[in-house]
Amino acid sequence: MSARTIWPGIAIVIAFVVGGILTFAFGNDPITAYRALLSGSFGDVYSIASTLVVTLPLAITGIAVAFSFRSGLFNISAGGQYWLGGIAAAWVGYAVKLPAVLHIPLAMLAAVAAGALWGAVIPGLAKAYRGAHEVITTLMMTYIATDFGHYLLEGGPMQAPGYTPQSPPMQPSAIIATLVPGTQLTWAILLVPVIAVLAWFVLQRTSLGFSLRLAGYNLRAARYAGVNPVAAVLTALAISGGLAGFAGSIQVLGVDRRLFDGFDPSYGYTAIVVALLARNGPFGVLLAAILFGALDTGASQMQIVANVPFNLAGVIQGIIIFFIAAEGLLRYFRRRRSAPAAEPRAAAAE
Amino acid sequence: MNVLLNPELWSSALTLAIPIAFAALGGVFSERAGVVNIALEGKMLIGAFAAVAFASLFHSAWIGLIAAILAGALTAMLFAWATVYLRADHIIAGLAIDILAAGLTGFLFNSIYGQMGTPSDTPSLPIWHVPLLRDIPVLGPVLGHHEALVYLFFLVLGVSNWVLFRTPIGLRWRAVGEYPRAADAAGVPVLRVKFWAVVAAGAVAGLGGADLSIGILNSFSPGMTTGRGFIALAAVIFGAWRPWGSFLAALLFGFATSLSFQLQGTAAISKNILLMLPYIVTILALTGFVGRTTAPAADGQPYDPER
Repeated sequence: MSARTIWPGIAIVIAFVVGGILTFAFGNDPITAYRALLSGSFGDVYSIASTLVVTLPLAITGIAVAFSFRSGLFNISAGGQYWLGGIAAAWVGYAVKLPAVLHIPLAMLAAVAAGALWGAVIPGLAKAYRGAHEVITTLMMTYIATDFGHYLLEGGPMQAPGYTPQSPPMQPSAIIATLVPGTQLTWAILLVPVIAVLAWFVLQRTSLGFSLRLAGYNLRAARYAGVNPVAAVLTALAISGGLAGFAGSIQVLGVDRRLFDGFDPSYGYTAIVVALLARNGPFGVLLAAILFGALDTGASQMQIVANVPFNLAGVIQGIIIFFIAAEGLLRYFRRRRSAPAAEPRAAAAE
Repeated sequence: MNVLLNPELWSSALTLAIPIAFAALGGVFSERAGVVNIALEGKMLIGAFAAVAFASLFHSAWIGLIAAILAGALTAMLFAWATVYLRADHIIAGLAIDILAAGLTGFLFNSIYGQMGTPSDTPSLPIWHVPLLRDIPVLGPVLGHHEALVYLFFLVLGVSNWVLFRTPIGLRWRAVGEYPRAADAAGVPVLRVKFWAVVAAGAVAGLGGADLSIGILNSFSPGMTTGRGFIALAAVIFGAWRPWGSFLAALLFGFATSLSFQLQGTAAISKNILLMLPYIVTILALTGFVGRTTAPAADGQPYDPER
């Protein structure tokens, strides 16, 4: 096993060690804290279900981000597309009357379409025709999405009667059934492995996936191979955005059951951490999403039991992604050990 | 139209622009040296926290200000080490700093201050009432009374502009961002120049954070930068990678925010729609519909001296 393969694991260990030192420095016992973190996230059926409730949107947005990374595009706005998906699903969920068999799929479809259009049209065209880097355009689209959502809910057309900035509740026919009674975990969790397999299949086993990866790896070579670069950029961003929008619909239809002002776009950033930790592999994304779901869920238990602020979870996330980014450290160690030997060229990013 | 004649609108536009302008200046510093700095948001947040923590500890806003500069620079060293020496991806390393900063400031805030929040007797920077300037008709009420950092900003801006475009240091600085191989051949220590450019960027971003926490207010709350560091990055691009340009772009963003506050409750237009304006303008700028700008040629590419 090469050092590079186990690097994500090393990054996780370093992060927890630093987190432990920080906990100790502020007068708390790291062992107690981590024990509470573990029991809060995996201790019983309820905590496992709560972990999976967070894992669900994280895994799907993580797959969305990984898909764009694999296609050579930096969609860092899964949060915005998630918001748009939430908006579309919420609207279909309260405004349309249908039997449940049709209602839920229609709401999900609307969310996928909204996320895909939000992710692809403006950033995609700006990239393809004007060379505008998608990092900035997708970032701006995230802010526009949240402002747009707030506009709809704060005295706008989607606000329910009253003063609270929230939409009317979903109709019963639009609510995804609960899997574990007494928790917010719905049947939608079963879709996550399906989506992971589908995303992997499209990328690795279809000609569409091949042309997307080729365009991401080397645009000029792709053009010689007959790939339309504009279509490749738009398709990759649309699939990525559609997945993020889908995650938004699952949150609204399964957990929140209406659209709130505080609908959280920060999943979009954690999704990036998830994708990078998994090196953009769809199955690694599942594991990474469980880890961060657990971190998020267990952190509140840790705060109550061990008196350690839940923000420690954010510190650990930040350190993990920092060391993933700083993979160049490996090169340093390797060079130290075999001093004069020429170092092999770093493999191109996956 | 009455709104536009209200000096309060223009005065608060400037106040709201300065934190973004400081961070944007940091963005210009580092991108001119070829490092894309998405970590500005995190450095602002660290600066904002350090400012309040030290200002309340030593009962001096000025000590808080110095702490913010140092904290921003220290955070930037971590970022610079990863991006310049370890050749980490700038975007990923930047996001790491942002996430880490949000977690760490939240952790420290809750560990040290807890439910009560930062002490209410934390000193804030003085408001300067500038003689002469405050007496000019029309402009006086807009420009004459601001917290000290607003005036210090223009000092920093002027010096930065001079260093970047009028001194040998600035020439090396820009060369490293445009064509590092040529700079290397000419004897410029490319990696060292990049490193210190990023550290300088962190220092001014820290000032931007301090302006939020002890300039405009006298308190810190977790996540208080609310994306200003990212907006600053847009201001860098909209401002064509120039110190003055980035300031004007930041001013535009400040104006849009100020206008949204002024129009709040007038029902003419939703404040949330107005808040979108800066972001829309940024996309238009990036796509070249409003002024065409070009990035430094080697922006975002890690430099490997051995290749």
